[in-house]
Amino acid sequence: MLGASLLAIALLTAVAVSLAVGARATEPASVWLALIDPTALADPVDGLVVRELRVPRTVIGLLVGAALGSAGVVMQGITRNPVADPGLLGVTAGSSFAVVLGISVLGVTAPVGLAGFALLGALLTALGVGAIARAAGAGSTPALLVVAGFAVTAGLGTLTTLVLLGDPESLDRYRFWTVGSLTGRGLDAALALAPLVVAGALVALSLARALDALALGDDVARGLGFRLGPTRTASLVAIVLLAGTATALAGPLVFVGLIGAHAARAAVGGRHALLLPVAAVAGAGVVLAADVVGRLVAPPGELEVGIVIAALGAPLLIALARSRRAVAA
Amino acid sequence: MSAAVAPPATPAPVGAAEALGARGAVAAIIAAARTRDRMRAVAVAGILVAVIGALSIAALALGAVALAPGEVVGALLESAEGGARFIVLQLRLPRLLLALLVGAALGLSGALLQAVVRNPLASPDVVGVTGGASAAAVLAIAAGATGAAVSGAALLGAAIAVAVVLLASGRGVAGARFIVVGIAVAFLAQGVLGYALSRASMQDAASAYYWLVGSVGSPSTSDLGVLGAVVAVGISFAVLARCPLGAQQLGDDTARSLGAHPVGIRVAAAAVSTVLAAAAVSVAGPLAFVAFVAGPIARRLRGAGPAALTAALVGAVLVLASDLVAQHLMPGALQPPAGLVTGAIGAPLLLWLLIRRSRLEAIA
Amino acid sequence: MTAPLLRAEGLSLGYGREPIVHDVDLDVAPGRFTVLVGANASGKSTLLRGLARLLPPLGGTVTLGGRPLSALPTREVARTIGVLPQNPVAPEGIVVADLVARGRYPHQRIFRGRSSDDDAVVAGALAATGTASLADRRVDELSGGQRQRVWIAMALAQQPRILLLDEPTSALDVAHQVEVLDVLRAEAARGTTVVLVIHDLTLAARYAEELVVLAEGRIVARGEPGDVLTAETVERAFGVEARVLTDPDTGRPVILPGALAGVISTA
Repeated sequence: MLGASLLAIALLTAVAVSLAVGARATEPASVWLALIDPTALADPVDGLVVRELRVPRTVIGLLVGAALGSAGVVMQGITRNPVADPGLLGVTAGSSFAVVLGISVLGVTAPVGLAGFALLGALLTALGVGAIARAAGAGSTPALLVVAGFAVTAGLGTLTTLVLLGDPESLDRYRFWTVGSLTGRGLDAALALAPLVVAGALVALSLARALDALALGDDVARGLGFRLGPTRTASLVAIVLLAGTATALAGPLVFVGLIGAHAARAAVGGRHALLLPVAAVAGAGVVLAADVVGRLVAPPGELEVGIVIAALGAPLLIALARSRRAVAA
Repeated sequence: MSAAVAPPATPAPVGAAEALGARGAVAAIIAAARTRDRMRAVAVAGILVAVIGALSIAALALGAVALAPGEVVGALLESAEGGARFIVLQLRLPRLLLALLVGAALGLSGALLQAVVRNPLASPDVVGVTGGASAAAVLAIAAGATGAAVSGAALLGAAIAVAVVLLASGRGVAGARFIVVGIAVAFLAQGVLGYALSRASMQDAASAYYWLVGSVGSPSTSDLGVLGAVVAVGISFAVLARCPLGAQQLGDDTARSLGAHPVGIRVAAAAVSTVLAAAAVSVAGPLAFVAFVAGPIARRLRGAGPAALTAALVGAVLVLASDLVAQHLMPGALQPPAGLVTGAIGAPLLLWLLIRRSRLEAIA
Repeated sequence: MTAPLLRAEGLSLGYGREPIVHDVDLDVAPGRFTVLVGANASGKSTLLRGLARLLPPLGGTVTLGGRPLSALPTREVARTIGVLPQNPVAPEGIVVADLVARGRYPHQRIFRGRSSDDDAVVAGALAATGTASLADRRVDELSGGQRQRVWIAMALAQQPRILLLDEPTSALDVAHQVEVLDVLRAEAARGTTVVLVIHDLTLAARYAEELVVLAEGRIVARGEPGDVLTAETVERAFGVEARVLTDPDTGRPVILPGALAGVISTA
C-alpha cells in the first residue's frame, strides 16, 4: 500500500507540474488563479496558456497513460508474458496506421471517427498478434511475441510512410503525432473519447479474478471455473478500447504499458483487482512526467512525449530481460 | 584464430579399413555424406548464381526503353550501339550493382550475427543495428551533413547499438535475452529516429522518409566502391573464419573445447556484421527484413551450418528481385522503393519463420 | 455427506482426431482414494483431464451426480471438482497465502472480494497440508515438496468434493512423495473423492483404495491393489516381467520389476 500511495502522490505532483511548467514561465499562484478564476489574472495570456494549452495536454496525458497502463496489465495477464505491452506487441502501431489511413485516404477529421479507425486498427493487430501466439502454441515465448510485435510495427511504419509520402501536408502534421505527442488533439476530443477509456477500464476490472486465475496456468484457471474463450474475448475488448483510444489521442506510444504494469506490480503485487487501478495511476504518472521532461530538456523547443518514454522504457525492458528468467529462458 | 582449429573430421584411417569390414562401411557412409554436402553446396551456389544472372539480365533489359537480352549482352561486351550502351552501362548497371551489393551485405550481416549468437531471431534489423544506423544517419541529415559524414554517422549509430546490445546481454548473449535487449534498442532507435524526423526541415524529412523505406535507385560510383570493398572484407572474413563459426554453432563450451575462441569470434563477427549493415544502410536505407530472412533461407537451402556465403547470395537475389518488382510490377505511376517490397514480403515471412520455429521447439 | 458420483460412459478422448483413450467406462468411487497407473502414453493423464473437463470428449460422456459435465456451468463444476495439473507454474514472486486464496474464486462473485469466511477456509487448507507456517513465504523460494503441498492447499481451498491430481509426486524424492500422499489420504478419509495419476507402482499400491490400470487407452484392470496388481497385469500394462510380493506390514503388494517382457522374442 505504501508503494501505491507513493505512485498516487507522484501522479498528483506530475499533474501539478504539468499545469505549471512550460515554455512560458508562470507563477504557481497565477496557475491556480487561471484554473479557478481567470478574470482575476494580471496577465490574461497566463490564463490562455494554462487553460488552452496545459489543461488539454494534461487531461490527454492522464487518459492516455491510465489507458495504456491498464492495457499493459491486461496484456501481460492474458499472455502470461512479462514484457507484453500494447506498443511492443504492435497494437498501437496498427491503431496509428489505421488513423493515418483514415485521415489521409478517407479525409476523416472528427475525433469520434478517428477513434473508430484507431479501435479497428487495434482490433485487427491484436487479433493478428493473438493468432501468432496461438499458432506458435507452447513455443510462444516472450521473445517471440516481441519480435513479432516489432515486425508488425516496422512493417506498418513503412506503410504509414508510404501513405504519408503521397500527401506532404499530412506528413508534416503527422510526423509529430506518429512519434507520440500530447499536443495533437484538443480537450474536446479528449472528453469525447474519455467514455471509451472508462468502458475499457471497467471491462478490464471485471476480468481481475479471471486474470489472477490465469496466472496459475490455463488448466488451473479452468479448474477454478473460468472459461478461457470468454476471458480472452473480454481481454481483447478491453485492450482494443484502451490502447485504441489512447493511440487516437496521442499516437503510438511504446513502453507505457510495460512501465505502468511493472511499477504497479512492484508496488502492490500480483492481484489484478489492485494491479489494474494502480497501473493506471502509474501509467498516467509516467506519461505526464515524460511530457514535462520533454518540455524542459530542449528549450526553446520540446521533445515529444513518445521520445522521452522510449528513452525511459528501453532501459526498463533491458533490465527485465537481464533479471528475469521468464524473459531470458 | 582459425589456425588453432583442427581441420574438419577426416574419415577413419584408411590403413584400418581391412581390419573390419564394418568400419570400412562406416567410413564410406561418412565419405558419402561429405560428398553429398559438397555437391549440395555447389548446386545451391550454382542455382543462386544462375538466378542472379537471369534477374540481372532482366534488370538491365527492362525499363522505359526495353532492350532485348542480346542487346544487353552486346552492351556489356562493348560491341553494341551507343544508345543501348549508355542505357545499360550508365543508367541500369549501377543500380543493378548496388542492389546486388546491398543484398549481399545485408544477407551476410544477418547470417554472421545469427551464427555467433546461435539465434535465428538475431538479425541486424531486429536487434536495432539497422535502426541505430538509420537514426544516426537521419540525425546527421537533419543537422545538414551530406555524403561521407552521413555514412560515418550511420556506422557510429550501428556500432553504438550493437555495443549496447552485446554489453547489456552479458552472458545471456546466446539466449532470448539478446533478442529482447535488441528489441529494446530497436524501439529506442525508433524514438531517436522520430526525434530526428520531427526536427528536420520539411524537405529533408520527406526525403528522409523516402530513404527510410530503402531504395537502390541512385548510387554514386564512390558508394559502389565503398560498399564493394566492405562486402569483399565480409566475404573474406566468412571464408577465413568458417571453422570457428561452425564450431560456435555447437555452443560456447564445445567451441572452446574444439579450440575456438567463442568471445573473440563473437566480437569479430558482430563487428563485421555491423560494418556490413551500416554500409548497406548508409547507401540504400534500411531495406526491411532482408538481413533477417536471408540467413534462414540460406540455411534451409544448405541444410545446416552458418551458410554465410549462401546468405549473401540469397540477400542479393532478394534485393534485386524486390527492386525489379517495385520498378516494373507495381501498378500506378508511383514507383515505390525496393524496401517496400522487401518489407511486404519480409514481414509475413518473418512471422511465418517465427511460428514454425517455435512449433518445432515446442515439439522438441 | 458423500461426494457426487463422477462417471465416464463410453468415453473417448484425444488431442487431434485420433483418440488416445478409447471407450472407457469408469465410476469413480465416491469418497475413496483412486489411483490411475499405466505405462507412459497409456492415456492415464488424458483420462484425468477428461474427467476434469479440461479436455472435451471425442465420444461418450462424463457425468457428475447424474448430469453431463459439459452441460453444467463451469463455475458450479469448480465448486465440486478441484484440479491440479502436472507441473503447475506459479507467477513470479507470489506469496503462499495469495496463491492458496485464489482457490476461493469459484465461491466469489465478480465485484465482491474475499470475506473472512474465505480467509478461514484458506487457513484450514494451509493447516491440512502442513503449510500454515509458510503462509507469507514466496512460492518460488520453497522446496519441491513444500511447493507441491501449497498447490494442493490451493485445490483444497476450493473445498472440492472431488480432487483430481496429475502426477502430484513426480520430481519429488521419496520422503516428499510420502508427505504429499499422506496429505491426500487424510483428505480422502474426510470423505473427499481423490483421484490421482502416479508412476510409482509400489506407492500406488500402498495408498490406493481403488487402483485403475490403463494400457493403450483402455482400462485393463481395476479394484483393490491386492487383487489388481498381479504379475500378469503388470506385464500386460507395462511390458515388463515382475515379481509381486506382499508387504508383511501393510498386506499391500510390492512390485519387483524383472526383465523386459518379450525381449528374447524381439531380438
